[in-house]
Amino acid sequence: MKPPAFDYHAPAGVDEAVEILAEAGAEAKILAGGQSLIPLLNMRLVTPGHIVDVNRVAGLGFVEAGPDGVRVGALARHSQVERLPELRRVQPLLGQALRLVAHPVIRNRGTVVGSIAHADPAAELPAVLALLGGSVQTRHAAGGRTIPAAEFFVGPLESALEPGELAVSVFFPALPPRSGTAFAETARRHGDYAIAGVAALVTLGPDGEPERAAVACVGVGPVPIVVETPYRAGWDGAAEAVAAAIEPEDDIHATAAYRRHLTGVLAVRALGQATEEARG
Amino acid sequence: MNEITLTVNGSVARVVVPARRLLSDCLRHDLGLTGTHVGCEHGVCGCCTVLLDGDPIRSCLMLAVTADGHEITTVEGLAGPGGELSPVQRAFHESHALQCGFCTPGFLCTVTALLRDNPAPTEAEALEGVSGNLCRCTGYQNIVKAVHRAAELTAEETGPDDDEAVR
Repeated sequence: MKPPAFDYHAPAGVDEAVEILAEAGAEAKILAGGQSLIPLLNMRLVTPGHIVDVNRVAGLGFVEAGPDGVRVGALARHSQVERLPELRRVQPLLGQALRLVAHPVIRNRGTVVGSIAHADPAAELPAVLALLGGSVQTRHAAGGRTIPAAEFFVGPLESALEPGELAVSVFFPALPPRSGTAFAETARRHGDYAIAGVAALVTLGPDGEPERAAVACVGVGPVPIVVETPYRAGWDGAAEAVAAAIEPEDDIHATAAYRRHLTGVLAVRALGQATEEARG
Repeated sequence: MNEITLTVNGSVARVVVPARRLLSDCLRHDLGLTGTHVGCEHGVCGCCTVLLDGDPIRSCLMLAVTADGHEITTVEGLAGPGGELSPVQRAFHESHALQCGFCTPGFLCTVTALLRDNPAPTEAEALEGVSGNLCRCTGYQNIVKAVHRAAELTAEETGPDDDEAVR
């Protein structure tokens, strides 16, 4: 099918964009990469009165890595972030997750900030932001704010962004010292949304054993589910903690019970890989 | 209605389109370039893949107005000026990498960009490279063979030290 008719706006700057968004209110959808929004338009699952295309907004196509972490502007494509030379050193989890996002051709157009703002609980990047305790920087007509990841994801496809608010960048904190990350997921076909997935972050103590560990689970709840996973001479307790915390549902691809089991298995696998990464 | 300017296969085209016109439909209906095929229209099948400023993208997941001012290469733009097939097109022909051909324009554009960025892909890289394109009749074996054959043909024609020509 074809997109429904809408009023089209292509602002050249952030100020102009937030003015248009303020006027259009809840009738507006923001178009960046379009890899989620345009399918929704084509299938007429959304019929916004206004599309605010931010692809011409100056100054949003950046990705910067510093000692504190990685800041990604609203127009940085997945592929652009993937190619950042410092990514592996500063925050390897972002690269591990990006490789699992759809296919390379989709990643040429889709944006990291768009994926976060879309807040799909089955997507990889919201889980990464939630696990790392990152944040979303926004602008609106009256100013702007920083929304911590823990408050950002409200429900399936629902974020804390208000009508009139534009996510201008997201910040992924750097890998702490003596730490490693991993992303494990199972999908029916490579590039599909995962049946379940787990991002893991492990920090070693001075004795070289895991001291702090946490996972964020994908596709098994209304939002990415972050679980602290203690290491007790192994990760068996972690699998139990994960299975108790998640809220999987049945669908055509898998039963809730299978998803619960699978998420525990993936958590143990990801935690093991992250520990090895931390040990270098 | 919006007046936009696209550079398609090296020619500048000015078209007037409604904002909701998909790039895929703009290419097919407004510019008559029906080589770009439309399969699923939600980004899954890869048939509508074209090159936007050199990088493969789904033309069904982009509004034509968003493409204003950009350069687009469709399957019609892959062959040489005299109509001679590109190495990727010849490799698909030689390797019997198509049957009905519906998905082929998308594969050709995807593989053209893949080999430009990675002139000698491994088996895994070739598979990953075409994983976003669906074919419902060849069974993929010959498509993957064609990726490797295209890499050989490109290497033969450009010579080992001629990196610029590969790009």
